[in-house]
Amino acid sequence: MRVPATLIAGAILSTFFLVVALASFIWTPHDVAALNISDKLQAPSATYWLGTDHFGRDTLSMLMVGARTSLAVAIVAVGIGIVIGVPLGLVAAATRGSLLDEIIMRGNDLVFAFPSLVIAILITAVFGPSAVNAILAIGIFNIPVFARVTRGGALSLWTLDYILAARVAGKGKARISIEHVLPNILNLLIVQGTIQFSLGILAEAALSYIGLGAQPPTPSWGRMLSEAQTMIYSAPRLAMWPGLAIVAMVLGLNLMGDGLRDLTDPRLRRERG
Amino acid sequence: MLRFALTRALSLALSLLVASVVIFAVIEVIPGDPAAFMLGLNASPEAVAALREQMGLDGTLFTRYLAWFGGMLTGDFGVSYTYKVPVAELVAQRLQVSVPLALYALVLSTVIAIPVGVIAAATRGSVGDYGIMGATQLGIAVPNFWFAMLLVLVFAVTLRWFSAGGFPGWDAGLWVGMKALTLPAVALALPQASILARVMRSALIETLGQDYIRTARAKGLTRRQATVRHALRNALIPVLTIIGLQFSFLLAGAIIIENVFYLPGLGRLIFQGITQRDLIVVESLVMLLVFAVILVTFLVDIAYAAADPRLRRKR
Amino acid sequence: MRHLQMSAAALALLAGPALAQQDTITVGMVLEPPNLDPTGGAAAAIDEVVYANVFEGLTRFGPDGSVQPALASGWEVSEDGTVYTFMLNEGVTFHDGSDMTAEDVVFSLDRARAGDSTNAQKALFEGIESVEAVDPLTVKITLAEPNGNFPFNMAWGDAVIVAPETVEQLATTPIGTGPFEFSEWVQGDHVTLVRSDSYWGDPVALSTATFKFISDGNAAFAAMMAGDVDAFPNFPAVELLSQFENDPRFEVVVGSTEGETILAMNNQQPPLDNVKVREAISHAINRQDIIDGAMFGYGTPIGTHFAPHNPDYVDLTGMSDYDPEKTKALLEEAGATDLTLRLMLPPPGYARNGGEIIASQLREVGIETEITNLEWAQWLEQVFGNKDFDLTIVSHTEPADINIYARPEYYFQYDNAEFQALIQELSVTSDPAKRTELNQAAQRMISEDYVNAYLFQLAKAGVKNAKIEGLWENAPTQANDLTDVRWTE
Repeated sequence: MRVPATLIAGAILSTFFLVVALASFIWTPHDVAALNISDKLQAPSATYWLGTDHFGRDTLSMLMVGARTSLAVAIVAVGIGIVIGVPLGLVAAATRGSLLDEIIMRGNDLVFAFPSLVIAILITAVFGPSAVNAILAIGIFNIPVFARVTRGGALSLWTLDYILAARVAGKGKARISIEHVLPNILNLLIVQGTIQFSLGILAEAALSYIGLGAQPPTPSWGRMLSEAQTMIYSAPRLAMWPGLAIVAMVLGLNLMGDGLRDLTDPRLRRERG
Repeated sequence: MLRFALTRALSLALSLLVASVVIFAVIEVIPGDPAAFMLGLNASPEAVAALREQMGLDGTLFTRYLAWFGGMLTGDFGVSYTYKVPVAELVAQRLQVSVPLALYALVLSTVIAIPVGVIAAATRGSVGDYGIMGATQLGIAVPNFWFAMLLVLVFAVTLRWFSAGGFPGWDAGLWVGMKALTLPAVALALPQASILARVMRSALIETLGQDYIRTARAKGLTRRQATVRHALRNALIPVLTIIGLQFSFLLAGAIIIENVFYLPGLGRLIFQGITQRDLIVVESLVMLLVFAVILVTFLVDIAYAAADPRLRRKR
Repeated sequence: MRHLQMSAAALALLAGPALAQQDTITVGMVLEPPNLDPTGGAAAAIDEVVYANVFEGLTRFGPDGSVQPALASGWEVSEDGTVYTFMLNEGVTFHDGSDMTAEDVVFSLDRARAGDSTNAQKALFEGIESVEAVDPLTVKITLAEPNGNFPFNMAWGDAVIVAPETVEQLATTPIGTGPFEFSEWVQGDHVTLVRSDSYWGDPVALSTATFKFISDGNAAFAAMMAGDVDAFPNFPAVELLSQFENDPRFEVVVGSTEGETILAMNNQQPPLDNVKVREAISHAINRQDIIDGAMFGYGTPIGTHFAPHNPDYVDLTGMSDYDPEKTKALLEEAGATDLTLRLMLPPPGYARNGGEIIASQLREVGIETEITNLEWAQWLEQVFGNKDFDLTIVSHTEPADINIYARPEYYFQYDNAEFQALIQELSVTSDPAKRTELNQAAQRMISEDYVNAYLFQLAKAGVKNAKIEGLWENAPTQANDLTDVRWTE
């Protein structure tokens, strides 16, 4: 089996950011919490490889720690979606056509019907802006996504012979869901997880951009962009770096997701020949 | 069919009821008293109390919910706390910006995405296909507010082809209005077009692999003829579904873009409503948006069911 | 010949709009007013549109902050200082055509001080016992006790004169006596005022004035550059002002405001109830870094809660100079080590940026801070209302507001009987020399008690088309008074 090029490219990009984020725990070129007003808006130099911002903070260090913020928010938000959404989807599929299934699916539709950004703004209005509340706001909208994917994947499995055989053998629906259904939809979930992960990064950037994500002094790419916005005439590089970082990280995850789907989807594999 | 429609209608009504309770509850617990906000730092407590009474904020939770929901049912969305004009009037004013902007972005993204998707599908595996797929990946990965900043930098500040924002109103002329909406529409359209092009491509590839296309090819139709006569029409169904979903997204999802270009649209009205604690505007507007999406979903379901009886049992 | 005629016509066409532009102006504002009734809301944006333009009071603030006659041509004070008699100008009409008489003054002041009044500055009217119309052009106001500040109080935007038959519609279609009439409000975008032909005073030069609301710094910059906006008296992004400085089309105008920007401390909350800890924090702050970093150099350092342009100001910045070593010693002395304080920041840039800088300065002396960014509504409830905070940054923009320190329930909760007695004495004193003395004593007292850390006087930093003159340079009150504004060519 050939490993798709997209998967390799995506994995390299994603790993790069993961390594950068982890490295920032141990080392950054400068302290991101230390403000140094006399060094503000410096052009790139040997001391500050990517220059400094309006507070004299090192842009490279900020980007490194920002990667950490982005990844952390997106990972937890996807986690919320999986932990709540997958069981809901399994239950809905196991009891398909029942009232329970109907309630779960209608509930899903309802969450989908809410404008997500508006709800995120409402959540932060209630609890105050913070990284945790950003996670919550993004996580809620991941639940119906995973519930739907799980239910869809599981439904087709329930009609298959070996699951029917397990039923005949007297296994309960819950046990079948865990032992037979879940392992077989894992591919689907991983692919969806990667997609939601990249959407989470974009959502976190958007929320921080409007001031509702991680709070200062924790650096975040979205807030770096909003702070750089009014300096786009005098120091356009400040608006370039975080933007490029977001694009590269999201691109990496999307490529990886695509590659994984190509790799695991038997139909596509057959098409490739 | 009638029974199916009735059940779906009932669940629509239930959904709306649940949504209204959720929206009302969330907005009730938002800290910050609208009256205190309006009167500021030196306000005396009596003045705040008097204003609360004027705004109708002094009843119990339940009576206020009934007043609000009952009003909505009769088409009365209340009066904005801060602007002191009917919410319906405010919304109507903002729709004049938001609907044209959403449509503009949608038309742009469709016009770009469909040919691009078709070309990619038709030349599957070629360098062109890879190039298009790469470009759409990039389009999806670019945050639209950042893209908007770049557009402003290039087309408004450097080249001066467009103004950097603001909306002069349709009174200033159709062309002037369209011009003001162009950069925001492009910023909104880019990620949508990328998604749409990918959907178009994969839908077309899928239908091209179907038996009836093979049959058509076997009957002697060329690949191009088969594509245009049969496959394209069928592949458009998922594409249209996505377009439908995108419209409601664009209506409310433009908040950030509206802020970057300071357009007086719906999204900014909600955002402003929240910061100014003009909660009646927020409640009614969110409810309207939810209603719109649920209604569209309902209509799509009915339309599908009418077209394909098998679907009636499946859901 | 024909050719020549045509180009002459074309020239005339080209010149037409340019000439017409001479008497219209578009003024940029950061915030949109929630409504246009200055007697029913605190938002500064309301006054920035209507003060002196649409509405007038008995008196008004001049560009230098002095109290000048407005609807009242003059006033007399009784011997004991409790009765003010205002003589009204003749021929004043509201924009709906009705006459403005003493009855309207009685109505406006009674409405503002009534039990169900929603006036945001009700305290301005608190001392009033009765308001009587002696004749159509004379109003007699009796106070409970002498108040040398009464004409000053009547100059506020919250004390403008309105007509009883129009109060219901003030929020959306304001009807006043000013030189401009309300014309149109496109919510979310602009308010337009037009010259009133029946204005009682000197006619104004401008025929139309549009206030355009742009909160985004970049958008504001682009709008100025494109000429969509002629003046932006309070520019939303000070960091962009330098871009205008090299462009001869524009003039950057930097003046002062009444905004004392302070790091407020919760005086009742341990460990901040200890004056040593508050003193320590004051010495940990490098004001110049904050002015440079958060305001790009615009702002004047202050050492007390008083405007530096006021003749009574005392420079007390030396009381709290930047001295981290002293901070550490003081903290040691107070037994307050390992401090973690909550810093609540409202939305303006001075607070958000200043807060990050202060947090970093405090960290250097070993004080950790938890920053929470709040919207105004949340700030009002949590910090201002419930006093649930340790530190916050806010600019107090009301003029001459040192008296807030005499209110022990005021959010920073400074409770000093001596200070309260001082302010009480000040409020009944009208002798200028004595007032100066009391004002200076008050400034010293709060500085010595390190009630708050005093940062800087907020600058009014804006930009305008170089051909416009007559806009206020300073902001004695938050207003865009257009009565003397004109184009120079």
